[in-house]
Amino acid sequence: MSLSVPDLNFRVIAPALIVALTALIVLLAELVTPAPRKRWLGVLGLIGLLIAAGATVGLWGAPASAFGGMVVADNFGLFLTLVILLGAALSILLALDFVRAHRVDQGEYYVLVLFAVVGMILMATATDLIVIFLALELLSLPLYILAAFKRADARSLEAGLKYFLLGAFSSAFFLYGIAFIFGGTGTTNLMKIADALAKNPRNDLLLVGAGLLLVGFAFKVALVPFHWWTPDVYDGAPTAVTAFMSVGVKAAAFGAFFRAFLVALPAFAFDWRIVLAALAVLTMTLGNVAALLQSNVKRMLAYSSIAHAGYILIALVAMGASGLSSALFYLLAYTLTNLGAFGAVIALSDGERERLEIRDWGGAARQYPFIAAMFAIFMLSLAGFPPLAGFTGKFLIFSAAVETGWAWLAVIGVLNSLVSAYFYLRPIVQMYMSEPVPGWDRIRVAPLVALALVLALIGVIALGLYPTPAIVMATGGFLR
Amino acid sequence: MINSLWLIPALPLAGATINAIFSRKLPRWLVSVIACGAVGASFVVSLLAFFAMQSTDEHHRVFNVSLFTWIPVADFKVDVAFLLDPLSALMLLVVTGVGFLIHVYSIGYMDAERDDGYGHFFTYLNLFIFSMLMLVLGSNYLLMYVGWELVGLCSYLLISFWFHKPEAASAGKKAFITTRVGDFGFGLGVLLIFTTFGTLDFADIFAHAKLIDQSLITIITLLLFAGAVGKSAQIPLYVWLPDAMEGPTPVSALIHAATMVTAGVYMVARSHALFELSPFSSEVVAWTGALTAIYTATIALVQMDLKRVLAYSTISQLGYMFVAVGIGAYGAGIFHLMTHAFFKALLFLGAGSVMHAMNGIIDMRQLGGLRAKMPRTYITFLAAALAIAGFPFFAGFFSKDEILASAFATGHTAIWVIGLITAGLTAFYIFRAFFLTFHTEPRWTTDDRRPLTEDDSHRSSVNGHRSVHPHESPAVMTIPLAILAVLSVIGGFAGMPKVMGANFLEHYFEPVFKPHDLHLAASTEWMLIGASVAAGLLGIALAYWFYIARPTIPVTLARRFSGIYNLLWHKYWIDEIYSWLFVDKGYRLAMFLWQVLDVKIIDGAANGLGRATAALSRVTRSWQSGYARAYALMMLIATVIVLGWLILR
Repeated sequence: MSLSVPDLNFRVIAPALIVALTALIVLLAELVTPAPRKRWLGVLGLIGLLIAAGATVGLWGAPASAFGGMVVADNFGLFLTLVILLGAALSILLALDFVRAHRVDQGEYYVLVLFAVVGMILMATATDLIVIFLALELLSLPLYILAAFKRADARSLEAGLKYFLLGAFSSAFFLYGIAFIFGGTGTTNLMKIADALAKNPRNDLLLVGAGLLLVGFAFKVALVPFHWWTPDVYDGAPTAVTAFMSVGVKAAAFGAFFRAFLVALPAFAFDWRIVLAALAVLTMTLGNVAALLQSNVKRMLAYSSIAHAGYILIALVAMGASGLSSALFYLLAYTLTNLGAFGAVIALSDGERERLEIRDWGGAARQYPFIAAMFAIFMLSLAGFPPLAGFTGKFLIFSAAVETGWAWLAVIGVLNSLVSAYFYLRPIVQMYMSEPVPGWDRIRVAPLVALALVLALIGVIALGLYPTPAIVMATGGFLR
Repeated sequence: MINSLWLIPALPLAGATINAIFSRKLPRWLVSVIACGAVGASFVVSLLAFFAMQSTDEHHRVFNVSLFTWIPVADFKVDVAFLLDPLSALMLLVVTGVGFLIHVYSIGYMDAERDDGYGHFFTYLNLFIFSMLMLVLGSNYLLMYVGWELVGLCSYLLISFWFHKPEAASAGKKAFITTRVGDFGFGLGVLLIFTTFGTLDFADIFAHAKLIDQSLITIITLLLFAGAVGKSAQIPLYVWLPDAMEGPTPVSALIHAATMVTAGVYMVARSHALFELSPFSSEVVAWTGALTAIYTATIALVQMDLKRVLAYSTISQLGYMFVAVGIGAYGAGIFHLMTHAFFKALLFLGAGSVMHAMNGIIDMRQLGGLRAKMPRTYITFLAAALAIAGFPFFAGFFSKDEILASAFATGHTAIWVIGLITAGLTAFYIFRAFFLTFHTEPRWTTDDRRPLTEDDSHRSSVNGHRSVHPHESPAVMTIPLAILAVLSVIGGFAGMPKVMGANFLEHYFEPVFKPHDLHLAASTEWMLIGASVAAGLLGIALAYWFYIARPTIPVTLARRFSGIYNLLWHKYWIDEIYSWLFVDKGYRLAMFLWQVLDVKIIDGAANGLGRATAALSRVTRSWQSGYARAYALMMLIATVIVLGWLILR
């Protein structure tokens, strides 16, 4: 027996390390920061995220593996890292004033966000099931707390508890799946699993493992019928947390989902593709249909995020380079658009009072024309109107499906987009065609929130008008 | 010089832009100077380009100037590129030259227009010149199509320029909708060209045309010709052109006589490499032209509205041009296009001058005896009438003769006979109009008494009781008349038949069209010339006899052959038939589609789907109980199903 010293290449995990370090610094700084200055902790976190983004860019183009093949820095992982960092940075911008308005202005908020980001980055770059599981837990635990962060609010507490219970439940499935796979192949490394599969293609233990793994991922990205927690948690959690969760978790979990199934389990593709296609149909359809009659904007956006997970799943079913790049592009587009949409909700809330009902948005276009216009654009992008990011993303995913012979899936996707237009247009109609609702006319829009909205808007429009650079970046692929 | 080709369309576009934005604030003289100057400068550049082209080697007189790539989408690439060859160069000179004269004439003609209208008019006119130049210069079908549609838009805007008049507004609509029918075919043709050749560039297409299946070429050319039928007002889509006379007369002269309506002829000539490969399509073109020529000439025989006579005459003359390009005499067709631009523009401007003098009266039953009052208009109109009648050595004589001789030489004897008869009819109706307008007793009055006309049955009640004081038009109008008159007299010498001298034009067109040798014996050629001259003279003589010598004859004839007379007077009732067949039936179909198909079936289905989806949404909402234990149970069931399916399959 030979003992191999793992290659301790910290450079490869530099982005995650920097964010973790930032989190620790913020945690320490929290002790010495007086209450009115807590928002500087958020700025500190922002700086850390920016540096991590710089490090990520520095790693670009030279795929490398480290720690005995447990983590990689390939373009797929780095692209997702950038998406996660971008989502986290915009979320913090949205949160700086939000936490004060909701009287939860504590440094721990940013610490938890940053630790979740560490988990997300690791999850997107991990190539070993054990690391993926650790990352999953690392990102989940802070989110359970964040969901319940507004301790005085029973709904927030309920959301946190529900998320935790069901999350633990699904984590158990996930871990059980890993055990089966280890039992079937003797390894948890994705590449080695693939090699073992190549030698012994019919492996029932592995099949069970793959199914349980699928359940775990399906829970995290909120696929129907594993989505039940989503509307309740999104609705109950503080809006800034919902915004962060809805984008970061999706990017990270989909990253690991894609990597695990495309790198380790392509030999089973025939089996899982059909299951995933069925789940995609269920997810898109149920997400969109359920969103139709929601009168609450946050619940509507929750179902909308379920539906979007269904679209992204089509890309996984399509497999191949075009499926992969379209999913990455979609996640980027979705991150910007969804944060913009939640950001608009935050921007036009009055202290702790939020515009949660769609009818509250009546006449908003007359009172706050700029925010309303941006909200309308984000809604249109989510619905997939050209020339916005959401359109390009959908176009790429559907064409990837058509290319690989899953045209029927693309057709169902398009029909679903059609249904979704109804509920995305409802707030727009409300804002532009209804009389203003009394009591919403004296809101001071926080400049930082407006800044986040403008940044997201620029991204959404740029990705719609000139998507080529992002598409080129997204075609990097895995390091195998 | 040839690299500055872009200036030719750019100048009128600049003129249109400036006048569109600033004409309200600019003094009227400046608006005129900008508009006329832009077209004039464009004419000068065209002339320079023409000479630059002529100074190069004879076999390389085809220049492709690419400005930029317009649409690069995968395999589909279209450049904004201009093509200068003898064909487009001649068209440039005609469009900018005649266009410039008509612009100048408009300064006088539109003088009575209120402030905004004056600027608008010149804006549209400049925009039209730009569009027509794009059509002519484009070196691919897409650019040509863009110009093609833009001239249609300008035509619409200018026909309904006096949109407060219901007739003008509906004439504009009629023109636009009718030509769209043809444009649809043209658009399909362009698409089919792209799917067949993978490119829209003229040079590429024509170079590879021989490799394509002939039946496909036939379909393509017939589709393209459908566009020409609409734009150049041929059977069965000619009905819009007579109504287009509701527009200001310079518009009729420029768009509906000299330039836009000839776009179809130009397009067929430009696509000659395709048409040559499809004898069937060429035959269709020739016969459409021949039938249109004689058919509309018969209508022109009895019309009383001077401009409408000219409109039907235009359709008839366009028929000649299609005969020419249909039988393969492309040079002759373009030659007639050029001479026609001179004399028909002149006829229209003369008619406009008459309208200007007569307070807008254009019904020949209220004209007459204007010779003494407007001598310049009179003499120039006479020159144009002689030209169109094919009087020896006038412009129309040479071009019409070349077409007829080509028809005879290529064995299209029936078409030749039709053309010959049409030539006689043409001479008759144009001199009928000439005599009724300028000779005969005045049927207008300078005081408020009723006009002196004896036949009141069809008189328009609007113009019927006005007193007028006819006068010669100002120099700004008569000088363009004079220049066009000179061109109408001498313009034909460019293309003399071989027996009389050299045919410069045929030689000029050699880089584009194959020389078209008629292989006719000199005696045959003289005989053909004699026949067409005789037909023309006979027509003129008959007109003289009917309307000067024995003015009672037309009345007697109309009474005796009242059936035929009414048929012609009502233009074969084609407008009524179309209105019944398309407008009325189309309206009923639209009502059906709206009230039954759209409201009941489509809206019903959409609303039903919406209701069904909403019901489903209510169901799914009920699943969301809020209890974590229920969620966990449902997840467990789903897990079991997924695993079961994976393992048991």
